[in-house]
This record gives sequence, C-alpha cells and structure tokens, in this order.
Amino acid sequence: MNESELIRIFSSIILQAAPLMIAVCGETITERAGVVNLSLDGTMLMSAMTGFVVALNTGSVWWGFLAAAGVGAFFAFIVSFSSIRLRQSQVAVGFVLTLLGDDLSAFLGQNYTRIPGPVVKFLPIPILGDIPILGPLFFDHDIVVYFAFALVGVTWWWLFRTQPGLHLRGTGERPEAAFARGVNVNRVRYLYTLVGGALVGIAGAAYSLDIKVGWAEGYTRGLGWIALAIVIFGGWSPIRGALGAILFGATKALATILQRTFPEVSVVAFNAIPWILMILVLLVVGSESIERIILLMPRTLQRPLRRILRAAPPMALGTTFGEK
Amino acid sequence: MKNKSWGEKIWPIVPILASLGFGASLLVMFGASPGESFSAMWEGAFGNQANTLSVVAFWIPLLLSSAGLLTTFTAGLWNIGIEGQIIMGSIAASWIALKLEGPIFLLITLEILVAMIAGALWAGFVGILKTRGGVHEIFSGLALNNLAIILTNYLISGPWQPPEGGTFRGTAPFQDAALLPRFAESRFAPISLVFVIIAVGVVFVTLRGTSWGLKLKALGKNPRSAFLLGVSSEREAILSLMFCGGLAGLAGAVRVLSWFDSLRQSISGGIGFLALLVVMLASYRILWVPLIAFFFSAVLNGSITLQLRTQLHSSLGGILTAVMVLFVLLFGQGKVLGIGKTKKPPGLDADIPESGR
Repeated sequence: MNESELIRIFSSIILQAAPLMIAVCGETITERAGVVNLSLDGTMLMSAMTGFVVALNTGSVWWGFLAAAGVGAFFAFIVSFSSIRLRQSQVAVGFVLTLLGDDLSAFLGQNYTRIPGPVVKFLPIPILGDIPILGPLFFDHDIVVYFAFALVGVTWWWLFRTQPGLHLRGTGERPEAAFARGVNVNRVRYLYTLVGGALVGIAGAAYSLDIKVGWAEGYTRGLGWIALAIVIFGGWSPIRGALGAILFGATKALATILQRTFPEVSVVAFNAIPWILMILVLLVVGSESIERIILLMPRTLQRPLRRILRAAPPMALGTTFGEK
Repeated sequence: MKNKSWGEKIWPIVPILASLGFGASLLVMFGASPGESFSAMWEGAFGNQANTLSVVAFWIPLLLSSAGLLTTFTAGLWNIGIEGQIIMGSIAASWIALKLEGPIFLLITLEILVAMIAGALWAGFVGILKTRGGVHEIFSGLALNNLAIILTNYLISGPWQPPEGGTFRGTAPFQDAALLPRFAESRFAPISLVFVIIAVGVVFVTLRGTSWGLKLKALGKNPRSAFLLGVSSEREAILSLMFCGGLAGLAGAVRVLSWFDSLRQSISGGIGFLALLVVMLASYRILWVPLIAFFFSAVLNGSITLQLRTQLHSSLGGILTAVMVLFVLLFGQGKVLGIGKTKKPPGLDADIPESGR
C-alpha cells in the first residue's frame, strides 16, 4: 500500500464520518439540554427520503437539505412537546417515532427507490487543498465535510465558551439552578431539541444527497442508533463525538480492507464488527471494572485516561422540569 | 364506580380513527381510494378462513412476546433486545430441527426448551451488560438484535444452507416430525394456542400474585428504595429480562415451526418491536394486551393483501399501528382533549440512559 492509496482511504473515512459527525453534534446539543431524542434512526430515514425527493423535484440540493432539516426539527418537536408539555416518557415517544419514521419513509419514498438524483457538488478548496497530506485529507471534499468539521468546532465553542452555552448546559445539569439564574428552562430545551433535530435531519440528507446518493427502503437504517451510541462514547462532547464518528468510519474501512484480504471469511462476519464495537465501547465508558483498571495505572496517567475513556451523562438528562 | 362520561366511553376508538384518518390521507396522496384500500385490508385479514387463520397464527408469537415484555416493563426496563431474543429462539429451534431425529413429541419438546433457553440467555446478556457493565439495555439490546440477524444470515448462507445451494433466503424445510402440527393447511398450530394461554396466565399470576411480581413493581417504581428494602435490583433485573427472553424464544420457535417451516432471513417479521408497541398501547395493562395484539395482527396481515392488490408498500400497516400508539402517548392522558386516560408506565418515569454514570 503506497502513500497515495493510504491518503485515499483516510480521505474516504473522513467523508463517511461527516454525516455521523453532524448527527452526533445535533444529538449532543439536545442531550446537553437534558432531552433524549431517541428517534434518531427514524428521523434520519425520514429526512434522507425527504431530502432526496425534494432535491429531485426542485433540482436543487439546498431545498433538499432545508426540507430534511424541517423534518428533523418536526420529529424533535414531537419529542420535546410530549416531554415538556405532556410529561410523557421521552424514550417511549422517541422509540415509537423511530418505528414510524422507518415505515413512513418506506411508504412515502416508494416511487423514488434506486433512481439517480442531484448530488452535492465537489468543492476542493484552492490553496489549502495543495498542502501535502492534509490538503487531500481535509480540503479536497464537498461542502458537507467542511460543514461537519466547522459544526464540531462551533458546537464546542458554543457549549463551553459562551453564555448561552452555559445556560444550555445548566439546563441539562441542574435545571433548578439554571431557573434560579433566570433561564427559561423549557424554552431552552425546546430550542436546542429543535436545533439538534434539524442537524440530524441535515445528516440524513447528507447520506441521500452526498455519501451514497439515492434512496431505498431502510437506506440509513442502524446509523441513527450508531450516532446515539457515539454521543455516549463521546462523553457528550462534540470533539470526542467527532473522533468517535471518525473511528467508526475507520473500522468500516478496515472491515472492507480485511474483506478483500481474507475473501474466504464470510461477508456477514464483517457486518458484525460495528455492533460488537458498539457494546465494547459502551462497556469502556460505563463499566465499573474499567474504573478499577484505571486505578491500577500510574497516577499521572489516570486523569487523562479518565478524560478519554469515561463519561457521565448530563445529570438532568431525560427528566422533566416545572410544575405543570 | 363513577359513571363514565360520553367522552370517556368513546375514547378507545379515537386513536383508531386518528390513525385511519392519517392512513387515508396517505392513500389519497398516492392516488388510491381509502375505502377500497381499507376494505382490501379487511378482506386480507378476515376475508376467508385461510386469512383469518393467518391472523391468529401471527397473533400467537406477538402475544407471547408482549406478555414477556410486561415483566420487563414492570421492572422499568426497555427490552428493545426482544427482537434478537425471538431470533435466537428461532435459531435454537432450527438447530434441533435440522440436526436431530426422533419422535415428534420429543423433538418439539426439545425445540421449545432449547429455544426458550436461547432467548433467555440472549436476554440475560443484556441484563449482565446493564448491571455489571453500565451499558443501557436499549443500546446493548439493539446491538444484540443486529448480531442475531447477522448470525441468521451467516447460518442460512453458510453452514445451514440447503443442499441445492445457498440462496440467502432460508434453510431447507424441516422434517415433518420437527414441525408443530398445523390446522388445515394453514400456518396456525393449535398447540401454540395452549402455549400462549399458559404464558399469559403465568405472567398474570406472577405480576399480580407473587412476591417476585411485587419486587419487580418496586424495582420499576423506585429502584433506589427497592434496593434499600432488600430487593436485589441486579438479580431481579436480570431475571425479569431472562423471563421475557424465554417467552420471546418460545415465540421464535413458533415462528419457525408453524408460521414458516424453515429458518428464514427476516424470521421475526418485526414482531418484537410490534410487541413493544402493543404493550405501550395497552398502557401496560395485561387484560388489554391480547385484544390489541390481535388487532395489530389483523392490520399487518391486511396490509400485505393491500400491497398485492394495489401495489402500495405494505409498510402502511406499520404506519397505522405506530400512529395509533403515538396518538395515545401524546393525547392518551386526555389532558389535552379533556377526556380519556392512560396509566403511566410503571417504572419509566426517570428513563435516563445511565451508560457511563
């Protein structure tokens, strides 16, 4: 394997990871505000279908992305409304929406399966793209990839370096305290659940308009759940989450390479890798025994290891706030 | 008991009407007549004896799974992994059916036993990952569902492929002695009705009348105080999952041994997820579960006829059931519309994914 081939593989990993990074950022924002939007899998299917159909009919991918963001925000609205206003279980509503999005996208998109459609334009960045190695890796893509990386940075900055971001985190950690400081907890939760949902919608459309153009029943099935698991693995931080998405893309690329190297091993065995990885990764984040292993390490390593491996969810995640 | 208002009396049919209205508008969007489509669905479900028997045959594993889910919901657990537990039951039953020979009663007893054990172990895995590994049951369950599907695909395309070559569709049909005796050329095996009656009865008695049922309720309502009162939350959580997994495994056995006659690619047919919807719609009350499961079975079987008749995608059945449940979740308390009521899930008030506490 020579250098250019290696760069091509890594560049495709970055491309594959981009939509997941967008979805992970969206859900991270939502969960940081204290709401679990479990409907990601259904939302992504619905928005992938909507984005493709709208882009095909209008001839513009931008209308497709806009419509997909709208669908994502609408699903997120149902989750937040049912939790904040109706006091229903976020998990129950999110799960039903997952199933509904799956079936509804199959039904609504039934006349649009496996046909060509508009594609996001390739947009290499002039000067930066000429940098050796880094150029082809990060600046030789299309707008979806640039958006994903910019989004990770902006989300991190917004969450950890701005006043509204502090209010957002306060709403998810200690809503009473945030309320005492004059934050309208439920309004903040509505806002960021909708923003997060819209981002998940964009992620869905990024699949049908960019990564693997087109639509078919169950087109992105499973990826929403992967994104939800990456949010946990990412410790509710956009940067760690983005790393998780890239790592996931890397294992998929590795599986493809292994498959080519060992053709005698059944294809299905490689399909198992993401799901085994999902369990292992969540074990690392959550298991008590990992804590014991970390304690055996040298003192100086313990803090960085904990930062990289362990995570705790926002304290008020999944709860409701207020009397009504 | 106080008299029910007019609004409360008609409340149960409102979600049905809402989902029918939603379905009708989808049909109109695709240029189909709702009246004709719904009557095609009705015919598909109850048009002749064969169709009705299919509804019953689909209903039995659905009800078995729903009954199992009542115990996990009572303990406050989201057993989304039930889909995988059904599949593992199917695989285990197929293993006996393909590898052993013997008299029919012995084979069937073994098949069912092994299927229940396989389902219970697959569920126990979810339980151990939750209690010992801090992995939320939704995520481990989901991953294990996909692993079970992958295992099925591996088996039918590899070691268990039919002698004429792997088609990725299924194994060769099992020997007759390995199948549940079926009623009049249909997919319905009368003996499975006995299983389901026993299962629902056992779940009913367990939850209402045993100290274990009480422990599960305590665990579901408030895990912390249950722990302080001496309920071993880890043990009960794992046991309730395994109990549910056992029934799911039985459902999987019924799927391969009477609905099909071989292990197929999509062996569960989404029954596990559908069972979750059934229990949610029943608001976690056991007496409603058989009725709703039967209704869902009719809707799904009807939508297959709809697809044959109108070429419209059969996912309409899934849409109708999901909209119904969503409607009840959103407006079921009747606070918004001022009528009707549903119970909250017993243990699901604080549903925080605690992965990585």
